[in-house]
Amino acid sequence: MSKKKDASPQTVTLPSNDLSRLFQVLQSRGYTILGPTVRDGAIVYDELDSPDDLPRGWTDEQEKGRYRLKKSGYGTYFSFAVGPHSWKQYLYPPRVRLWQMHKNGTGFELNAQNGPLKKYAFLGVRSCELHAIEILDRVLLQNGFEDPTYKARRKEALIIVVQCTAPASTCFCASMQTGPKAERGFDLAMTEVADGERHYFVLQSGSDAGREIVQELACAAATAEEIAAAEQAVKAAAERMGRTLDTHGLQAALYANREHPHWREVGERCLNCTNCTQVCPTCFCTTVEDITDLTGATAERWRRWDSCFTMEFSYLHGGSVRSSAGARYRQWLTHKLASWVDQFGAFGCVGCGRCIAWCPVGIDITEEARIMCAETVNQ
Amino acid sequence: METLVSDVKQELPTDSMAVLTADPMIPEPFRVVQRKPETEDTFTLVLERAQSDRPFEFQPGQFNMLYVFGVGEVPISISGDPAQPQRLVHTIRAVGTVTRAMQKLRKGAIVGVRGPFGRGWPVLEAQQQDVVIVAGGIGLAPLRPALYHILRHRDAYGRVVLLYGARTPEDILYIKELEKWRGRFDMEVKVTVDRALGDWHGHVGVVTQLIPKTSFDPQNAIAMICGPEIMMRFTIYELQRSGMPNDRIYVSMERNMKCAIGFCGHCQYGPKFICKDGPVFRYTEIENLFGIREI
Repeated sequence: MSKKKDASPQTVTLPSNDLSRLFQVLQSRGYTILGPTVRDGAIVYDELDSPDDLPRGWTDEQEKGRYRLKKSGYGTYFSFAVGPHSWKQYLYPPRVRLWQMHKNGTGFELNAQNGPLKKYAFLGVRSCELHAIEILDRVLLQNGFEDPTYKARRKEALIIVVQCTAPASTCFCASMQTGPKAERGFDLAMTEVADGERHYFVLQSGSDAGREIVQELACAAATAEEIAAAEQAVKAAAERMGRTLDTHGLQAALYANREHPHWREVGERCLNCTNCTQVCPTCFCTTVEDITDLTGATAERWRRWDSCFTMEFSYLHGGSVRSSAGARYRQWLTHKLASWVDQFGAFGCVGCGRCIAWCPVGIDITEEARIMCAETVNQ
Repeated sequence: METLVSDVKQELPTDSMAVLTADPMIPEPFRVVQRKPETEDTFTLVLERAQSDRPFEFQPGQFNMLYVFGVGEVPISISGDPAQPQRLVHTIRAVGTVTRAMQKLRKGAIVGVRGPFGRGWPVLEAQQQDVVIVAGGIGLAPLRPALYHILRHRDAYGRVVLLYGARTPEDILYIKELEKWRGRFDMEVKVTVDRALGDWHGHVGVVTQLIPKTSFDPQNAIAMICGPEIMMRFTIYELQRSGMPNDRIYVSMERNMKCAIGFCGHCQYGPKFICKDGPVFRYTEIENLFGIREI
């Protein structure tokens, strides 16, 4: 399967009633479909059997420290912004066994690794999330070393974008230049159009694998009007971003303001709950756990998501380097919006707004960054 | 993004063992050949590969991740001679669960090793220059491979100075080697302790006090410093006072580490990953971070 840009992209129209056919084509090709569904009062990602599992008729309302599901009053499938889950959980799982070993006479030996991976189709990837995956590629594949766990999953994943037509008030992807329209890097991109009487998807292939799926669906080519309606729906989304973040001079300002008293002020509000790092689609920090069985003959190492908001994260014999909450918040925000650029050539933030909505005390990265940039404190 | 994404799609090696051995997170078994107590809480482990006799090449200043079966893994700098790559030497202070378990390992025991990682001391750039090595406490261990290298290629360097500070005379590492080095005519060795009883005839005080008493050409010298951050800060200050430019000063930094390959995020120091951008940094690379608390 190649993710090279489709040489002859095809754009077709799939009537909404035929969405189940897309599921069937994917399933017949051996894909397990992952996508949005309603669970526990939120739109989360999980395995989907059919379009019935999609959050049809639902939308969300997001604000600082607030996420609410509500009925949209429409029959659309994808009229919501991102929820607490991201694709990171499938590409870079929260807990993964790195290896298992057993003792033998003279030392230890590696046991057989985990079995083959499921072939996943990610249905409903937004542009911000596609950029988040691209950022993880930079961190985990193009950083001098390759993470085999991520690489294997990334290679298998079929990416089906659903263009965003319903940004939340917490969204600022337009500021981060990561959306709302996904331009490339996908196998298939869909735009949902509910146009008076008509309800359909404009499908565009972005890879050989995507084109094969489009061909198998055997849909009519999209008309100029349908394509224009789809373009318009995404364009309108760009104008409905709830938030903005001026990235001009941001890195320099954050570097200059490492001793700004405002860090301490945020630290007083921050609960160090780690929610922001857990919902973030690009936060990649992990820790390891070493465990043994009861006999001590078999040992395993597990890797699990970690957070720079914990005290243990920076522990060095004698204590934590970042013992104050303000220092930990400074580490997180400065990493996202400044040092990430030095490390990986891009911001570590895609403007998805998850950290804003899921912060229990409503700390807003765009607000805090703005304050940090408003004035440079003389050191 | 096209190129980024297409890069991912390169074929994985079909041989599964190739994948496994290529995984930098999997430790290789090494056998303990010798465990030598150095001080009350510090000891040296000499290791050799358990499954092959391939030499373990490394650069002075690099480190390994050492794993005790079922207990855990810690970063430890290599403290042996780079010209003797059959013997992998680490000097370790027993301060945590893993290092205390290591202190109990016997000859023949197996530990896991991943490495070597990181960027080491500028032993090549220092050629034809004076070399000033300043160590505090166990900071001498990661500097010892650089010393071995420099003394082995002694003619390539100008004056060589070792300034070493320990807490008490009982905490002095490698005492026999220090005596041997002190006896050389082509090297200046000064040792100081923070506090001592009456039977100590050496210098008492912090290591920075030794710098003005030492002769080197600050404009044509390279300084290599390793020790607690506070000690390094004052050493840099004293070297600056002696006239040494910042770009001639190198320090070895330490942070929490879980992976050593830039994935776990723990060792970040501003934009730097200590594990792969360091642990050794030219001071000018990090001077804007050095004085900042909790960075």
